[in-house]
Amino acid sequence: MSDDGLNLLRDLDYSILQQCMHCGMCLPTCPTYDATLNERSSPRGRIALMRAIADGELEAGVTFAEEMYFCLGCLACQTACPAGVDYAALFESARAEVERQGLLDGTVRNFVRRWILGWLFAKQTRLRAVARLLRAFQRSGLQTLARHSGLLRLLPFGLGNLEPLAPQISPRFTDQLYRRDLQQANPPAPRYRVALLAGCVQDISFAEVNADTICVLQHNGCQVLLPDGQACCGSLHAHNGAVEQAQQQARLNIDAFDTENLDAIVVNAGGCGLHCKHYDRLLADDPAYAKRAAVWSAKVKDVHEWLADIGLRQPRAAMPPQQVAYHESCHLKHGQRASAAPREVLQAVPNLQLVPLAEADWCCGSAGIYNITQPELSMQLLDRKMAHVCATGATAVATGNTGCAIQLQYGVRRAQAAVDVIHPVSLLAAAYRAENQGGTQCSTLA
Amino acid sequence: MDHAALISDLGTFLRPDQLLTSDEDCSVYAFDGTALLHQRPACVALPESREEISQLLVLCNQRGVPVVPRGSGTGLAGGSVPSQGGVALCLVRLNQILELDSANLVIVVQPGVLTQQIADAAQAAGLFYPPDPGSIKISTIGGNVANNSGGLRGLKYGVTRDYVMGLEVVLADGQVLETGNKCVKDVAGFTLKDLFIGSEGMLGVITKITLKLVPAPASKKTLLGLYDEMTQAAATVSAIIAQKIIPCTLEFLDRTTIECVEAHAGIGLPTDCEAVLLMEVDGHPAQVAEQAAQIEAIAREGGARSVRLAASDAEAQQLAAARRTAFSALARLAPTVVLEDVTVPRSELAAMVAYVQEVGQRHQVQVGTFGHFGDGNLHPTFLCDERDTEEMARVEKAMAEVFDHAVELGGTITGEHGVGLAKKPYLPGQLGPVGLEILKRVKTAFDPKGILNPGNMFD
Repeated sequence: MSDDGLNLLRDLDYSILQQCMHCGMCLPTCPTYDATLNERSSPRGRIALMRAIADGELEAGVTFAEEMYFCLGCLACQTACPAGVDYAALFESARAEVERQGLLDGTVRNFVRRWILGWLFAKQTRLRAVARLLRAFQRSGLQTLARHSGLLRLLPFGLGNLEPLAPQISPRFTDQLYRRDLQQANPPAPRYRVALLAGCVQDISFAEVNADTICVLQHNGCQVLLPDGQACCGSLHAHNGAVEQAQQQARLNIDAFDTENLDAIVVNAGGCGLHCKHYDRLLADDPAYAKRAAVWSAKVKDVHEWLADIGLRQPRAAMPPQQVAYHESCHLKHGQRASAAPREVLQAVPNLQLVPLAEADWCCGSAGIYNITQPELSMQLLDRKMAHVCATGATAVATGNTGCAIQLQYGVRRAQAAVDVIHPVSLLAAAYRAENQGGTQCSTLA
Repeated sequence: MDHAALISDLGTFLRPDQLLTSDEDCSVYAFDGTALLHQRPACVALPESREEISQLLVLCNQRGVPVVPRGSGTGLAGGSVPSQGGVALCLVRLNQILELDSANLVIVVQPGVLTQQIADAAQAAGLFYPPDPGSIKISTIGGNVANNSGGLRGLKYGVTRDYVMGLEVVLADGQVLETGNKCVKDVAGFTLKDLFIGSEGMLGVITKITLKLVPAPASKKTLLGLYDEMTQAAATVSAIIAQKIIPCTLEFLDRTTIECVEAHAGIGLPTDCEAVLLMEVDGHPAQVAEQAAQIEAIAREGGARSVRLAASDAEAQQLAAARRTAFSALARLAPTVVLEDVTVPRSELAAMVAYVQEVGQRHQVQVGTFGHFGDGNLHPTFLCDERDTEEMARVEKAMAEVFDHAVELGGTITGEHGVGLAKKPYLPGQLGPVGLEILKRVKTAFDPKGILNPGNMFD
């Protein structure tokens, strides 16, 4: 134990730990237990470790710390748990305690954490600036050169291994698309007034998904706002034990959105949506923000969930037939319990056949930055996922989370498969646009 | 006991990933699915072959080190809680299905295969492995055999014992015993395999299991009956049996349990009735249709508020799956859930259920009850907080009275979970001095030094 007498696991509401009655129902759903058959790498085992630390029977050491980072945080155990254990809360507290005690401290790790969590993802303007540089690199032909020349291997800390995982940077970011094409396409007499959380990586690499989301919402009677000053939702920080930084990100977003006057805050990435729904818990002890955070959390909706709530309008256009498999984002399925709604969105697309995907809700190995921190298991999970995707014969795999999309895109390249990775909302947007050729609403994106 | 020397010896034939010794590892193998029981082993062994198990037992037998076998650690009586300072022998890596023999309707498996995997393999071959304990998705077959596990289909299809045809067992001294085979008839000597079924890891370590499979039923129907009084549900069960109908499943949940299960599963179970009966008949389609109609009529006559037929296989499966989560779902209501397993002759069911309710009220303990009405197996579950010693004392008293009453009614203290550590104090009352003495002699015959799960079941 650290000498300051503090212990975040001990301070945690003990009843959450006690809620686990170690029945073991979670074990078969846990990818790390499946891979190791080692109790320590199961949800039940991890909770037992946390409880032993909270009880003072075990000291939090490196083994504990590494185990907490071996967990994907996929939350499949939460779906399986009949007792309703709030594993997400336990997992975040455990990682926060690992960081507070500095159990994994190291020069490189600390440096990377400080710059990535503390600087790069703290303000979206910074991420965009870096993304513009990366985009120039990707367009210049230098990327191809670097890949072929083996120069990437010369980068320090194995950073060269990360390059293939880096997504393509979008030609325009969300705000540019919004101002150019989308803002004026808001319906004149909207039924709802909503705002989009554009995200961090989503904003710079999947800006077209954000545009598609706006388009779909507009076609369903929503006036869509894109508040300035919004930032990374902070899930990256919270899942990596940086609670204070996560709180800061939450405050930035709460300040940026006129929450009181919105019907919903729409999020199109499963992981971000889940985290945003937890702002209330994150800021519960902040007197200046607790109330606003509660209002915020109540209004956060995953885009599929929101469309199901308001009643999705069936597109009228005739679309070419296509077979699509649906990969469930863990945090959408297990965290937000949204499993039917994304499928409803897909099935609303004319002529789209939703083909069954085996183990659709088994983690793809993306898990935030797991593909960077635990590449070995991450790639095993990805290969398993891609084998199932390829077995469907579908021409596209749809998924509602940025991390999954990046991972699956990489999986497609690794498996040399002819499969598109696409957001369900993008398929729906295409159907709305097809019925609206030449119209004014959310025209085709350049 | 010299742990360092033991671990060093075990390390001569187990790789580091097969021999776990850290504080972290030992603390996560210190318990099973039972509340309140923790005993930390000195190390955890994860063997991958019979030979490794044999070597390990030779060594521990020489040194007199306790060994407690376990699978996924879902035991509900503490039978797989390791001995303090002993070896936790975890068999999950022996997880291969060795043979599915359709000509003889048997499947041969290693002990770490999950029960669900056996059910799935049988189904893929058009066959059926009926025993389905609540933890079927994660329980290992080795654990099922060692506890003679039951499940939701005991009434018609029996329990694990009824499907075990042969076993390979490593004895305490490392020798390998083979008992039973693929033959339907076999009376060559005592039926030793039966001794290992339900032996709770005290007589040997099971390393291979030959299981009987049966043809899959051609059809099934699932009915859900809702009652305003528990006694009406119990009477319905008695009437079904009296009419000589043997459904494959006759499960019940009381109101407390229904509320918890619905909170987890969210499948639209009514939360405003006092009892739910889940009834399933299977077999030839014509017979199934007739029996389902008969059961529906009996349930209505018995006072059911409503009786509904599951609309699809998917819905039926959803209902059964939800029922299987009952025990764990009850943990939503209290930090500690103490699950019991008393079983009475079916004619005494209504009396026993009423008694459990009365005991709960008298000792001011919250009890949720569910279980297998069709075979008389009840699971009264005491909802409490282990940190409240005064409350725990009341729970102890209530439990003891429930056990005593079950025995008085001609029942048993445990129908399918085993004695383990949790029910050990109540075993003498159940068996009497002669019965207990014979158990001890059997134990000594197989394990003279008493290294296998010592202190379990009896001293």
